[in-house]
Amino acid sequence: MALKMVKGSIDRMFDKNLQDLVRGIRNHKEDEAKYISQCIDEIKQELKQDNIAVKANAVCKLTYLQMLGYDISWAAFNIIEVMSASKFTFKRIGYLAASQCFHEGTDVIMLTTNQIRKDLSSPSQYDTGVALTGLSCFVTPDLARDLANDIMTLMSHTKPYIRKKAVLIMYKVFLKYPESLRPAFPRLKEKLEDPDPGVQSAAVNVICELARRNPKNYLSLAPLFFKLMTSSTNNWVLIKIIKLFGALTPLEPRLGKKLIEPLTNLIHSTSAMSLLYECVNTVIAVLISLSSGMPNHSASIQLCVQKLRILIEDSDQNLKYLGLLAMSKILRTHPKSVQAHKDLVLQCLDDKDESIRLRALDLLYGMVSKKNLVEIVKKLMSHVDKAEGTTYRDELLTKIIDICSQCNYQHVTNFQWYISVLVELTRLEGTRHGHLIAAQMLDVAIRVRAIRKFAVSQMSALLDSTHLVASSTQRSGICEVLYAAAWICGEFSEHLQEPHQTLEAMLRPKVTTLPGHIQAVYVQNVVKLYASILQQKEQAAEPEAAQDVTQLMVDRLPQFVQSADLEVQERASCILQLVKHIQKLQAKDVPVAEEVSALFAGELNPVAPKAQKKVPVPEGLDLDAWINEPPSDSESEDEKPKGIFHEEEQRHAKQQLPEADEEELARRREARKQEQANNPFYIKSSPSPQKRYQDMPGVEHIPVVQIDLSVPLKVPGMPMSDQYVKLEEERRHRQRLEKDRKKKKKKDKEKKGKPRHHGSLHTESDEDITPAQQVDIVTEEMPENALPSDEDDKDPNDPYRALDIDLDKPLADSEKLPVQKHRNVDNSKSADKEDVPVVEKKIKKPKKKEKKHREKEREEKGKEKEGEDLDFWLSTTPLPAAAPALPSPLPAEEGEEPRREEQGDEEEDDDSERDPEKKSSKRKKKKHKKEKEERSKDKKKSKKKKPPSDKAAEPVENGALDEEPLPPMSSYCLLAENSYIRMTYDIQGSLQKDSQVTVSVVLENQSCSFLKNMELNVLDSLNTKLARPEGSSVHDGVPVPFQLPPGISNEAQFVFTIQSIVMAQKLKGTLSFIAKNDEGSTHEKLDFKLHFSCTSYLVTTPCYSDAFAKLLESGDLSMSSIKVDGISMSFQNLLAKICFHHHFSVVERVDSCASMYSRSIQGHHVCLLMKKGEKSVSIDGKCSDSTLLSNLLEELKATLAKC
Amino acid sequence: MIQAILVFNNHGKPRLVRFYQRFPEEIQQQIVRETFHLVLKRDDNICNFLEGGSLIGGPDYKLIYRHYATLYFVFCVDSSESELGILDLIQVFVETLDKCFENVCELDLIFHMDKGGLSAAPARAVSAVKNINLPEIPRNINIGDLNIKVPNLSQFV
Repeated sequence: MALKMVKGSIDRMFDKNLQDLVRGIRNHKEDEAKYISQCIDEIKQELKQDNIAVKANAVCKLTYLQMLGYDISWAAFNIIEVMSASKFTFKRIGYLAASQCFHEGTDVIMLTTNQIRKDLSSPSQYDTGVALTGLSCFVTPDLARDLANDIMTLMSHTKPYIRKKAVLIMYKVFLKYPESLRPAFPRLKEKLEDPDPGVQSAAVNVICELARRNPKNYLSLAPLFFKLMTSSTNNWVLIKIIKLFGALTPLEPRLGKKLIEPLTNLIHSTSAMSLLYECVNTVIAVLISLSSGMPNHSASIQLCVQKLRILIEDSDQNLKYLGLLAMSKILRTHPKSVQAHKDLVLQCLDDKDESIRLRALDLLYGMVSKKNLVEIVKKLMSHVDKAEGTTYRDELLTKIIDICSQCNYQHVTNFQWYISVLVELTRLEGTRHGHLIAAQMLDVAIRVRAIRKFAVSQMSALLDSTHLVASSTQRSGICEVLYAAAWICGEFSEHLQEPHQTLEAMLRPKVTTLPGHIQAVYVQNVVKLYASILQQKEQAAEPEAAQDVTQLMVDRLPQFVQSADLEVQERASCILQLVKHIQKLQAKDVPVAEEVSALFAGELNPVAPKAQKKVPVPEGLDLDAWINEPPSDSESEDEKPKGIFHEEEQRHAKQQLPEADEEELARRREARKQEQANNPFYIKSSPSPQKRYQDMPGVEHIPVVQIDLSVPLKVPGMPMSDQYVKLEEERRHRQRLEKDRKKKKKKDKEKKGKPRHHGSLHTESDEDITPAQQVDIVTEEMPENALPSDEDDKDPNDPYRALDIDLDKPLADSEKLPVQKHRNVDNSKSADKEDVPVVEKKIKKPKKKEKKHREKEREEKGKEKEGEDLDFWLSTTPLPAAAPALPSPLPAEEGEEPRREEQGDEEEDDDSERDPEKKSSKRKKKKHKKEKEERSKDKKKSKKKKPPSDKAAEPVENGALDEEPLPPMSSYCLLAENSYIRMTYDIQGSLQKDSQVTVSVVLENQSCSFLKNMELNVLDSLNTKLARPEGSSVHDGVPVPFQLPPGISNEAQFVFTIQSIVMAQKLKGTLSFIAKNDEGSTHEKLDFKLHFSCTSYLVTTPCYSDAFAKLLESGDLSMSSIKVDGISMSFQNLLAKICFHHHFSVVERVDSCASMYSRSIQGHHVCLLMKKGEKSVSIDGKCSDSTLLSNLLEELKATLAKC
Repeated sequence: MIQAILVFNNHGKPRLVRFYQRFPEEIQQQIVRETFHLVLKRDDNICNFLEGGSLIGGPDYKLIYRHYATLYFVFCVDSSESELGILDLIQVFVETLDKCFENVCELDLIFHMDKGGLSAAPARAVSAVKNINLPEIPRNINIGDLNIKVPNLSQFV
């Protein structure tokens, strides 16, 4: 065996380690892949050896290779072997490899369950820690189910390091095994108030992450978070909480009102930009959620905008970016406040950073008005010219279109200008957004009747320059514009100045290089053009000219007939036949123009987005009845809607391609709906739609609405280039036009006799197109309705969906986490090891049941209360209406909060005034103290909030105390004092170190001398020893790491090691120092007696009442009691005093009786039951060590005697 | 929540790659490559946020990065993280590495990959959900043959 070991380690010397591998890879730059495959072969050999060190080394190398992209899943089993190594360094390598390459599909992963469980319960915190971190990366539903209970236990581990990790990993467990959420949640919630800030922060993170996905289930935690927010000084935690509130406010507007004030305070006070930014963000969210204005509403907005302006003006690009990002959120609801900062936004448009320019563009969207639109667009156009890189340019292009078209061209007052802009945009090279421009051209030309003439002239110019547009093949994007141009010229051909020229342009051979769908439009519109030319010529009595045109058509159309595109081919051959027929008729001198024009007779009208929905069902038509019994479901579904659409399509053949299938239609309709919603131009205009449609049989039921452009547009013919030059002029003119327009609008409205709805164009146009009959045809008819509704929004595979669980419901018996039954650790042992003794489910059950009855009622009540509670809490903001209805304990609570804040501030100030060296130790100390105080206060508060009325009757768990303000308490007591110096001290133990306590000594210079070279020494006893620096003897003192100028105090900490803690100890000691003043320096010393009471070995540890009951039941504890007479102090104060000075936490309290728990640094459980009689107090104690107990009780007695 | 931590050098060679969401190796490499190309294009004096979008999980995600000498540190996070907070976190992470390895340089990361993995543990804790409270990292880990001194870090402001 030994030989084998030696052999193994010799082998190992020749193995490559990770460094060699890395070096090797670097040296084999040319044939890296070959070198690595060679290394992998070596690794495979190494993995076959028995030596765990060799294996670990091999796995370590694999981990590196995995990072480079090599699959190492084949070594999964070896990784598990390394994970189970006993040596930590190997184990860690194993877990690291596992975390990188294990996943749900790894089949050997189930072999790890027991190993992980073993590591989780390992006495070494590092083993546990590495297992937790590793597990977080590869936890599977099976692992989560099997290990949930173990991890939950670790959440109450003595070491914060482990608690923190356990809390974090619970999130992953919840994701994989949602059933664990409810049982684990109470404990998770409890961790929000963990004494360790790291654990607290972890718990906040987990809950925030959960709440972000399903905010409504966590609304009841709002008061708790609110308290944390106002008390925490940890920025990480604050940021998370504030972000969480941002998610909660939309659900509960009252919460927002309550938040505004503390958030505003934070905004004013914090120096951390990150915190400031999140506060601003949440304030914005709050303001958005508050629909109705509140008094200081605008002040908050102003504050936010101001702060954001500071961010944007900052030279740090990151802040600038975030400022713009947040600004765009405000913009949505409060555009006015943002518009004031237009200068800034425009400035950002020139920023060198593309991300910032994009953000600024977003903002511009909301900043335009009728007045500045032209100016802004001009600026953007100049950016388009300058822009490098197509992505940014495309972004600019879409933004220009967005800005102009928003709210139905609300800001566009001159459509000629807009058309010119669009035409100018077509000169862009290589843009992908040709179709956008095309859509805009079509939209404007169709809806703005007065612009058609101008549009047609521009479009025909575009068509004429076809060769330009289509010449370069790369410009396929932009040729979409021709689609629009051709259609507009065809449809509105009556406005064409020189139709013949345009016709020729459209029939050029080059056209055949365009994409098929554009050619198809060309073909169709060539005929429209042809028809109008024919008519023109016939009216002018120029039959020859008419025949020439026909001849041109006959000559040129065949090029389309040969097209590869089916659509083009079909249309072309159809039309060719038609034209040939016309030619024959023309030869006979038959006038044909009338008939040809009839092909395209009638005005095209835009259709209201909801028109289809509003089609009334003719009487006697039952849409749900089958016409023919369907052979199968699927078929019938296809058929039925089709019939209906078909009919509709025929009526609108010009507008909709009959080929469009149902989905496509739905999509288009949706798009159109958005486009057209709220269109001010989308108002029926012609005398009366009803009347009009009666002329056309078959369509009378379709409420088609016609556009009437009420704006008399400016004279045509102004050259585009001039427009920018004459900006000023135009603006003035436009203002005049606006006035006209307003007048006209009003008139229109009056005419229609429609009521005005807040002057909103939206409602107006909607109302107008709504026919009297409200028909509700569901699903099949209305593909719109088939679009994802709210419910479908959630992806069924969304892992967070499963976590949508009501957490306020009381736990059912069935909802326990599975507890491992085999390889059970025996109870007493586990109880010893764990901080809070974990109650094994099996044993607990009967007890639970019995308790259940009692608790059930309470819980039900409690639940009810919690609901009320939240309401109550939320309504505490000055809500004028609700206030009188509320019971009163509120003022007390509110009064308390600011006080505590003040206190915190004072302490902070205090600290910062002192010198930095002092600061650190002091702060630690203070923090500790403060925490303690705060905890008890918090508890007090949380309790107070619950039952305002019948509190006395109800036992309270895990809460301490009372309403009365507590007297100030300090745990420091006097150690020694002379004319030079005064020493006070406090002793703290820590659960992490079972044989160590830290003595904090505050040294205060009371003289006017300068004290230096201070040294503290004690006479060690066998049991208790001062921890001295390495290398010094037991007689040497420990130097105090600072000097004391006159009147200054500072704190020094000394560590003592202790063997037995069951007895109090006294150590004699001396502080020696040099006092230096003007007269010279003297050696001085001060003797003292350091008293290690048994109390000082106790550490405040919270305990659950059921765990407490279990502990008492176990019968392992010895018992003892004391009684003290003549006590007048109130029970609350008494309890607070005992808890504070003797490091106990209250488990349960009923009236003037309370049970308390504490734990010694060596793991002794100490349970107390304190009862107050008339004038006396009796205390029963139970403890795992009787000597310790009797000593503790003596100390308690002494404390009580002083009360 | 942090989805991934990528550290690579100026040539796109991965130096420390942690994904907290499972991706096959090829995809991981692809993500590293694409991320590299995205950040490489950016000057040092422009902002450190990138709306990566398609890389990992959609529009909710942002890439937040910092560039130190020859290394890029890229964190991929979702909207529950504070952007500035993550920037600070990267700084702290780098400082931690610096203290662990005394003047950290690119090669430390690969030569001490096992330790790097561990010091990424704070960051990893990050991933597991969270945020860390730095002063709570255990100091002076000393187990067996491994000795890491974790320095005192300034409280995050």
